[in-house]
Amino acid sequence: MKLPDRQTVATDAKLLLIAIPVAIWTILPIYHMFLFAISRKDSAFSGNIWPSHPTFGNFVTVFKEQHYFLNHFWLQFWNSLFIAVMTGVLTLLIATAAAFAVSRLKVRGGRWVMNLALFTYFIPAAFLAVPMYRTMGLYGLLNSQWSLILAMVTIASPYAIWVLKQASDKLPYELDEAAVMDGATPVQLFRLVYLPLMMPSLVAIGIYALLLAWNEYLYAFLLLSKDTSITLPVALGNFLSADDSPWELLMATGFIYALPPAAIYYVFRRYMVGGLTAGAVKS
Amino acid sequence: MATSNAPSAAVLLEAPAEKRRLTTWEFWGLMLIVPYVALFVLFVLYPVIYGFWLARHPHSYIDLIDDPIFFRTVINTLIFVVVGVLIKMALALGLSGFFMQTRPWIRWLSVLFILPWAVPSIPTILSVRFMLNPEWGMINTQIFRLTGEDGPNWLNDPTLALALAMAMHIWKSLPFWTLILLAGRLSIAGDLYEAASMDGATRWQKFLHVTWPSMQALFLTCTFLSMIWTIGDFNSVYLLTGGGPADLTHVLATLGIRYLRLDRVDMAMATIIFAMPLILPLVYIMMKRFSK
Repeated sequence: MKLPDRQTVATDAKLLLIAIPVAIWTILPIYHMFLFAISRKDSAFSGNIWPSHPTFGNFVTVFKEQHYFLNHFWLQFWNSLFIAVMTGVLTLLIATAAAFAVSRLKVRGGRWVMNLALFTYFIPAAFLAVPMYRTMGLYGLLNSQWSLILAMVTIASPYAIWVLKQASDKLPYELDEAAVMDGATPVQLFRLVYLPLMMPSLVAIGIYALLLAWNEYLYAFLLLSKDTSITLPVALGNFLSADDSPWELLMATGFIYALPPAAIYYVFRRYMVGGLTAGAVKS
Repeated sequence: MATSNAPSAAVLLEAPAEKRRLTTWEFWGLMLIVPYVALFVLFVLYPVIYGFWLARHPHSYIDLIDDPIFFRTVINTLIFVVVGVLIKMALALGLSGFFMQTRPWIRWLSVLFILPWAVPSIPTILSVRFMLNPEWGMINTQIFRLTGEDGPNWLNDPTLALALAMAMHIWKSLPFWTLILLAGRLSIAGDLYEAASMDGATRWQKFLHVTWPSMQALFLTCTFLSMIWTIGDFNSVYLLTGGGPADLTHVLATLGIRYLRLDRVDMAMATIIFAMPLILPLVYIMMKRFSK
């Protein structure tokens, strides 16, 4: 094997000069969270870069719900999970149906629906939150987890419809025609031809909606308030209400909360990057 | 043989049958589109109309403009959106070039680089918030150990706090835009660069004459879309500074929620209506670009 020549070494050195700051910048907040999660309170508050006595005690405290702020940890974890899964399922149902109707059945007014969806997608969710909060009150849904699920489906479905319509427009129409020739009904066409071919996009969209709901903070903290019905991010925010918050427990809980989405992202990375970024920006 | 079957099938489906089939298809089309339309009417259209109705009195707007923090909030939002997004997109454009380099360790770094986008923002923003704590935070402790001087009171200075909220926003969304621009760079044909190399083009000339012309439209679309999303960024400001110190780091997104929490929903809606001249032109541009 040949030794790398001077030119390559010089380029590598220059690249490292970019890589090191980028790596530190990226990892520091997450490392700091982990550092707190494995430190006792006195060690965490000392401002050290390395943990002096690493311990998993914080995680045990969280799992056993042994702190005032953590009394309902498992229930809140379940709430987060339930809301995320329901959002994923409902978004998939609504968006797949709409994309199929517009793209394959060519329903009248389909263009209008697509434009409405696109418009909703571009309105920042933080601004829709104010009127949505009031309307949920009128509907009598405040403090019910369904208000958060419906709000999340409302926010997730425009993008979902958009991506699914793009994907289904790419399927050859000869397939539909052949199925119709064979006497397929719209339902059979949907179930036997459309769904199997759309699987990769459906996986990406289901995960997109699920993660959106799991990660949501603003809507969750506006729409839910009871300790037993809130989701984990709201519980994390509630830690700040006390002056002497147990930050090491907050960070341990935060670390547990951050793990599932990170894991899902890396497992489904192929689907996510291909399926989502392709639709996100059409140049 | 297959071709000879097709016309006969078409003959069999005569006009009346054709009509009946069309109606079942139309029926299913409507059935399948109704759930989304209902969702839109119930949770977007009606709330928006109701919201405008709540903010129908002029005194809501007068109260809003009279609020001493309102003007500051508008300036903060403009700085956040223009400066924040420009820095972010410039960094994303540069870093997408960096991640084009084919080295095994750069592949590994790119996997790590995605993390801020993949993890939820609440715990990471709170982590940074404590890191910046003037007494116990890691940053100031290290500054004190290295220099013997006390570090700045990061989040207690309005300018510094707003800058840090922008940094937080950039930290979170930089990976996403870098990835999109990287996809854009990867779709540029390699022989264009080869031809440029043959002509003795420098790295900068290649960027200016090959990369930029191919990426320009994508870069602008990304910038506009990023601006819309940045106007709506609630978490970076609210969870890092809480709008403080003395409500001087609010942006329009957090100010609206602040009024809602103070039970002044009319002022919250007025704030949103004030943001419309900022958002609607961007939305219009994006609608034109996307629905082409």
